Amino acid sequence: MTPTTQTSTATRGRGGAATAAPPGPPASRTRRPRRWLAWNFLAPVAIYLVAFYAYPLYRNVELSLREYTVRSFVQGGAPFAGLDNYRTVLTDPAFWPTLTHTLVFTAASLAFQFSIGMALALFFRQHFPLSGTLRALILVPWLLPLIVSASTWSWLLNSDSGLVNAALGAVGIDQVNWLTSPGWSLTSVIIANIWIGIPFNLVVLYSGLQAIPVEVYEASALDGATGWQRFWSITFPLLRPVSAITLLLGLIYTLKVFDIIWIMTRGGPTDSSATLATWSYRLGFGNLLPEFGPAAAVGNLLIVMALIAGLVYIRIQRKQNLR
Amino acid sequence: MTTSTPRVWWKTAVGLVLTGLMLFPVYWMINVSFTRDQDMRASPPHLVPTNGTLDGYRAVLDQQLPYLGTSFLVGLGTVALTVALAAPAGYALAKLRPPGGPALSFVLLIAQMIPGIIMAMGFYAIYLTLGVLNTLPGLILADSTLAVPFAVLIFTAFMSGIPDELLQAAVVDGAGRLRTFWSVVLPVSRNSIVTVSLFAFLWSWSDFIFASTLAGGGDHQPITLGIYHYIGNNNQQWNAIMATAVVASIPAAVLLVLAQRYVSMGVTAGAVKD
Repeated sequence: MTPTTQTSTATRGRGGAATAAPPGPPASRTRRPRRWLAWNFLAPVAIYLVAFYAYPLYRNVELSLREYTVRSFVQGGAPFAGLDNYRTVLTDPAFWPTLTHTLVFTAASLAFQFSIGMALALFFRQHFPLSGTLRALILVPWLLPLIVSASTWSWLLNSDSGLVNAALGAVGIDQVNWLTSPGWSLTSVIIANIWIGIPFNLVVLYSGLQAIPVEVYEASALDGATGWQRFWSITFPLLRPVSAITLLLGLIYTLKVFDIIWIMTRGGPTDSSATLATWSYRLGFGNLLPEFGPAAAVGNLLIVMALIAGLVYIRIQRKQNLR
Repeated sequence: MTTSTPRVWWKTAVGLVLTGLMLFPVYWMINVSFTRDQDMRASPPHLVPTNGTLDGYRAVLDQQLPYLGTSFLVGLGTVALTVALAAPAGYALAKLRPPGGPALSFVLLIAQMIPGIIMAMGFYAIYLTLGVLNTLPGLILADSTLAVPFAVLIFTAFMSGIPDELLQAAVVDGAGRLRTFWSVVLPVSRNSIVTVSLFAFLWSWSDFIFASTLAGGGDHQPITLGIYHYIGNNNQQWNAIMATAVVASIPAAVLLVLAQRYVSMGVTAGAVKD
């Protein structure tokens, strides 16, 4: 009920704006100062953004350019170190494995989240009794606190008493040390992350599917297209813009995943599931002797990756809005 | 219609199975939370808690209440701060067409993409200097950064839908901008305020990275740290850990029940959250 009133007011609002705009404020002389007055309402957020986004970011860049010790971190006066911290990080033997893990983690998570989310969206698109309720229930993994999901998966994947190994044992597969062997830890955190990301993909792709007009399908049904042909020749091409947005947002979110990995494996054993995010945290907070400079440098590498993805996202979305 | 009924129910059955598979880990969490210690490592594991126990929940009551209280306070504080900052901004961006408005929206979009670990490190450096590590206001402020950009975008989208006639009527009645905002825009925007509040609460409640970096050493630790310490300390009492997890999931469940349709709206409108 409420959504319908929302949309109706939305359309009415737009119509109202269109009809009300031409008369407008009478004197153009008073118009400009009045529009500036809107900043009375915006000023709090603008100040907030500078103080709590821009300044922490600046501090982070500053951290990465100085040679900090615990002492100078508290008292100030750390010597300027130029790009030393970045050099330290890039030549660290852990750098390439960590970067590879980050890329594998991101690519595998996205591929599975997207294809499973797409399959579910296509399935739920055929309306059947309870479809709305079930679709809402599938959102649960996405809404749960990450610590809840991560600890539940830790127990499911526990080597000795986890349900996953018990199920595998029932079909004759030997115990797998999901979280404690270097060969499996990355796979384990990827599985948990896929589970968390499926609902997001489902919801966005589903709303994209809703936007495809039914007539397109009716026409193709007359032409005798099968379900599979319909998907590849109609649904998939028409859904490409939404898919691009979904994947890019997924990319931005997945690059910065920290909680799940840290809670399940702490990036271990022996860094086998470490990504740039967990590495940065471990350098800054995970050891007795914090290395804030290198930690900030790793973080800044991560932000560059996220921002590149972000700019691509905004570009694509602009293009779509223009269409 | 009548001929297709069996086919339709067949789809419902498949839907139930798929949903069941997706939610199985959630069921398992609940199941383990009721499992007795001696059954915890049973082989094969008990699929239903036949000899259920409430020991896990007793442990929550004994040990986790302060953490839950902190999380609740931090959540409320985050909601208040977020709505107070974002609602006026949404109004201005939606209705007053301020110069520089599009640029601000762009910055908000970018702000959501900054990885949490970077924000945490910056906040840590600043808080250490200011001496507000391990304080409630400090954590509230940091947690609000999870929600404010999203909230402004949501408010802007919702408030664009308010009919201009309504606002003009208020102006004709002699109301100023502030009064129009307070007594016309805000009451009409109740739905968006609810949506934003629920998400802001949920995200601050779920936050782990700010909690562990900015509040990890003090008296005001939220429930995410309560669970984290549990996992670290007593690896054996999984019923207590899972019982805490169940309790920590309550806000998510409430959100889903109270605001089901706004949830998917929140996901798709700008599609935010990490």
